[in-house]
This record gives sequence, C-alpha cells and structure tokens, in this order.
Amino acid sequence: MSLPKPMMRGMLAKHMRIHLPLAFAVSFGAALVLKYTVTEPRKKAYAEFYKNYDSVAEFNRMREAGVFESVRPTGK
Amino acid sequence: MLHLTAGRVGSLLARRATASFTTSSARMASHAHEVTETVDMSKPMYYDRVSLPLPDRPFKLDLTAEDKSLKQKEKGPWSQLTKEEKIALYRLMFCQTYPEMRQSSAEWKTVLGGFFFFLGISGLLVLWQSIYVYPKAPKTFDPEWKAKELKRMLDMRMNPIQGLSSKWDYEKGQWK
Repeated sequence: MSLPKPMMRGMLAKHMRIHLPLAFAVSFGAALVLKYTVTEPRKKAYAEFYKNYDSVAEFNRMREAGVFESVRPTGK
Repeated sequence: MLHLTAGRVGSLLARRATASFTTSSARMASHAHEVTETVDMSKPMYYDRVSLPLPDRPFKLDLTAEDKSLKQKEKGPWSQLTKEEKIALYRLMFCQTYPEMRQSSAEWKTVLGGFFFFLGISGLLVLWQSIYVYPKAPKTFDPEWKAKELKRMLDMRMNPIQGLSSKWDYEKGQWK
C-alpha cells in the first residue's frame, strides 16, 4: 500500500528547462523561415523590377490607356 | 462562485436533507411543499474539488452504528485497521477520489453536436435570407462593370511588383 512520494516542488523549473529553450528555438526558427521564404524573395522581386524600369515609358503607356485626368491620351 | 455541478448538489442535498429538516422545521411546516430544497450555506459545506484537497467538513455526517464503531477503532493504532476498513473510513470522509473527480465525460460530443446543429440552422436561415430578403445588387456588381474595373486596374499598373499587374502579361494581353 506504499506509493512513491509524488513530486512536491520544482515543477515550474522542470517545465522551463525544456520549454524555454524550445520556445526560443521555435521563435528563431519561425523568424528564419519567414526571412527566407518571404522577405528575401520580396527584396529580389523589387530589385528585379527596378533594375530596368523606365518610368517615363511606363507613364506614357498609362497615359495612352486613359487612366489620367491631368493628361489625356496623345491625339485628343 | 459556486463550483457545484448539478450532480454534486444532488448528492449534497441527499445528505443534507435530514440536516435541513431539523434546522428549518418551522419553514418546512409553513409550506405545504418545497419547490427547491435549500442548502444552508452559512455552515461549512462539503465539496469535491481537485484544486482544494481538504473540504470544510466530512462527507458523511449521519453515521450508522457500524460507522461509529469504526470511528472508535480509528482512534487506536492504525496498523490494526484492515484495508477494507481504511477504505470505508476514506469514503466516510470523502465522496470522490481524485481519479473519480478527474474522470472525463462524453459531454464534448453533445456540445460539439449541438454547436454544429445550430450552426447548420443558422446557415439555412442565411441562405433563405440571401434569396428572399436582400434587395437587388447595385450595377457595380455586374460582370461587365467588374471587367471594366479590372481593365482600369491593369491600365494604371496596380501592384506591379508582386500583386495584380505583375500577373498580367502586357505584351500578349493575357494572364501569365
């Protein structure tokens, strides 16, 4: 009828010993995953877009499509 | 706040019925029937709670002669008590053991079932409403209008880097 003495103290420390490093690891891991799946492709996409970007040509194309109110398409 | 569930109130009232009779006999006599049995909450109450291990009073208060003799034996050395007697003494003091308190029920199935059932009813109501109650949509929802909106968005090069216009091939005039 004699049971082993249950754990009386130190539950939080025991929990933290595993879960605190784990929490840090998961957080850093999530940040790294986000960095290499989201932010790096986004930076690359922006760099690629602006490498050969001719803003005046783009503006003229938009003007011909008729989206501006200050300048109408050429020939009007 | 009371943590008593209906079951525990039932067992509590079953035990306390005799006690309430003696203390509130005047009240009982004046009523032909009692709608609800009253619990005297000014006195220490018994509770089964995992977080508080020692209730304010023993579970069984009205002891039979057998129980009383067992309580007398309890005053002596405990090594002389048999296993059954120790368990009987425990059950006199407490209603449920910790495993019994902690046992799970199948209530979650009822809860989940009821939740989905009422969610379904709400869905049917919303469906009926969208057909019979809502007025006609404005002309800005017509497919032709929506196509003109999309053309204007592409013409003004909306979100050209990663968004809408980046998915449109301007040379070929089609989606990439």
